[in-house]
Amino acid sequence: MTKADIIRDVHEKIGVSKSDAARFVESVLDIIKDTLAGGEDVKISGFGKLSIREKTARRGRNPQTGQEIEISSRKVLTFKSSQVLKKALNS
Amino acid sequence: MNKSELIDALSKKEDLTEKQAADIVGLMFKSFSNQLKSGGRIEIRGFGSFVVRDYDAYTGRNPKTGGTIQVAPKRLPFFKVGKELKERVNAGR
Repeated sequence: MTKADIIRDVHEKIGVSKSDAARFVESVLDIIKDTLAGGEDVKISGFGKLSIREKTARRGRNPQTGQEIEISSRKVLTFKSSQVLKKALNS
Repeated sequence: MNKSELIDALSKKEDLTEKQAADIVGLMFKSFSNQLKSGGRIEIRGFGSFVVRDYDAYTGRNPKTGGTIQVAPKRLPFFKVGKELKERVNAGR
């Protein structure tokens, strides 16, 4: 499933034009992205939660060469499934 | 931000009624869930992808009591962040 499938879904089931459906889907994704980029979590009940985690710097190793490298501190995005979705996947 | 705040933001941004915005947001995540339930993947350029991963059973430990527990095999959605969003999150803008 790609963005095109989601847009088609919105177009057919909500009954808005294809171009409107495309704009609305894009807007939803943009709002979510802007919120996450601003450091705020996004929680969608029944689906799951996207949250930002701060990773501290650590020493790593290049598995191919064995050379030690410094992995700098960074922010990563993690997803946690809601209980509802988890149950649905396991039933 | 939660679902109703997302609906609110969409209705303001696109000049939609709360009901229309709620229908759109609701449908999008319903489609996502259905896709994952059928074992399929979701791939959104610039955002990320969701896939279902199978996890084997394992013997776990209750960190509080130290007792061992059997964890049954399970399926969980896994999210891999897209390049654009990954960079934005890390840069904080």
